[in-house]
Amino acid sequence: MKPAPFDYVAPSTVEAAIEALVAANGEGKILAGGQSLVPLLNFRMVRPAVLIDINRIEGLSFIELRGDKIAIGALTRHRALERSQLIAEKLPVMKAAMRHVAHVAIRNRGTIGGSLSHADPAAELPMLALFYGATIVAQGASGRRHIAAEDFFVDALTTCLAPEEIVVEIEFPLLAHDGWGFEEMSRRFGDFALACIAVAIRRGGDVLDDLRVAAMGVGDTPLRLRMVEDQLRGAAIDGSMPERLAQLVSASVSPNSDVHASADYRRHLAGVLAKRALTTALAAKA
Amino acid sequence: MATIRVTVNGERYEEVAVEPRLLLSDFLRDTLGLTGTHVGCEHGVCGACTVLLDGDSIRSCLTLAVQADGCEIVTVEGLGTPDALNGLQTAFREHHGLQCGFCTPGMLMTGEDLLRTYPLASDEEIREGLSGNLCRCTGYQNIVAAVRSAAAQRREKAAS
Ligand SMILES: Cc1cc2nc3c(=O)[nH]c(=O)nc-3n(C[C@H](O)[C@H](O)[C@H](O)COP(=O)(O)OP(=O)(O)OC[C@H]3O[C@@H](n4cnc5c(N)ncnc54)[C@H](O)[C@@H]3O)c2cc1C
Ligand code: FES
Ligand code: FES
Repeated sequence: MKPAPFDYVAPSTVEAAIEALVAANGEGKILAGGQSLVPLLNFRMVRPAVLIDINRIEGLSFIELRGDKIAIGALTRHRALERSQLIAEKLPVMKAAMRHVAHVAIRNRGTIGGSLSHADPAAELPMLALFYGATIVAQGASGRRHIAAEDFFVDALTTCLAPEEIVVEIEFPLLAHDGWGFEEMSRRFGDFALACIAVAIRRGGDVLDDLRVAAMGVGDTPLRLRMVEDQLRGAAIDGSMPERLAQLVSASVSPNSDVHASADYRRHLAGVLAKRALTTALAAKA
Repeated sequence: MATIRVTVNGERYEEVAVEPRLLLSDFLRDTLGLTGTHVGCEHGVCGACTVLLDGDSIRSCLTLAVQADGCEIVTVEGLGTPDALNGLQTAFREHHGLQCGFCTPGMLMTGEDLLRTYPLASDEEIREGLSGNLCRCTGYQNIVAAVRSAAAQRREKAAS
């Protein structure tokens, strides 16, 4: 339960960190909050030759309103997102989600860039990136590129980042919604979710003009359920809508079974959570 | 080897040599001999190793000692002394918030962060705040009661 030996560098610029990654030739790992990486080091499930600690790089931790987007620096801690007034106002679904991300002491260290790069299929921030249609800005030796969240998550614990690329910031567009809901179920509060659903709606009178549905814990990556959205967009709003959403969501996910819950249970749970989330969203005044 | 400089419980340690892979928990226990910080799981789940780093509660098993260079750390030894327990420690004793004591250092350090962040901690905030700390003995009720009473005391003190 102790890490194998490694070299350690703590560069002060993103450029120097990328150089160190390139020099490590595939044997280097970025260390951000360490809340996912250090357990893996302790178990010796990963054995990098070099750890490149980005915590000493200035200017990677910020939450900024830029026009119709919120830009968040990769090194921004979960706790800062949880407690930010700007996030509470502009990204209320993220605000609601943050208290479900692990526990206080882990949120004090864990970062948004680390969570997205780690890409746990049951993590909140990757799902929120999909839900909001976020853009992930990655920097490599040849400069920056912008990656849509829907292209970023490739598989469980796998992203499309190149080995020498670093996530530097994430842009979250503000949603024009008039109701939203966030529902998560885990075995113990703060554990990784068994299933989780986020819903946002926009109403035009009695018609559902638009909706967004994202899920996690029920697949190898977080999911934006676009087919479900298409089925309900434009539908007349009535009391049966949450139940319809529940059925559509359950039918559209194919979860895995593990020690925490069976696939059937997770599929059922995703539907129940979707129903609750939409009920909450519809209860908000349009 | 790297060298670090840290302040632990108000005491300065200059130019201490550490291997990069040394966990902060092992640095505190083995290098500095501060064995009040307990080690349970070494993967972030149990909370026994929680300390304050620059004022924030963190898992010392998920932080490298080299990362603490230039930082200020408070461990359970920094809260009070056996003859003069601090308010939260006293509340744990009065409310039977511990039995074997293994989880207690982590509970106290987490509680300190909670009280500082939520001076008016509600029961829900206390339970949520302690959710990352496992106790195999007490059943948690008395721990929540202890933190609740320490919160009330701080509130009274602030009002007077
Ligand atoms: C007990 C426990 C419970 C948890 N529960 C939850 C939970 O319920 N929900 C949840 O979402 N998370 C949970 N986590 C994980 C936590 O949120 C982590 O903080 C997060 O997943 C990783 O962020 P980090 O900054 O700690 O990354 P690190 O651990 O430092 O790094 C993780 C990975 O990402 C890479 N990386 C980090 N930053 C960058 C970057 N900027 N660019 C490129 N690559 C990078 C690293 O090389 C590494 O491979 C839990 C963790 C623990 C220990
Ligand atoms: S020993 Fe650090 S959390 Fe269990
Ligand atoms: S008092 Fe024994 S583990 Fe909590």
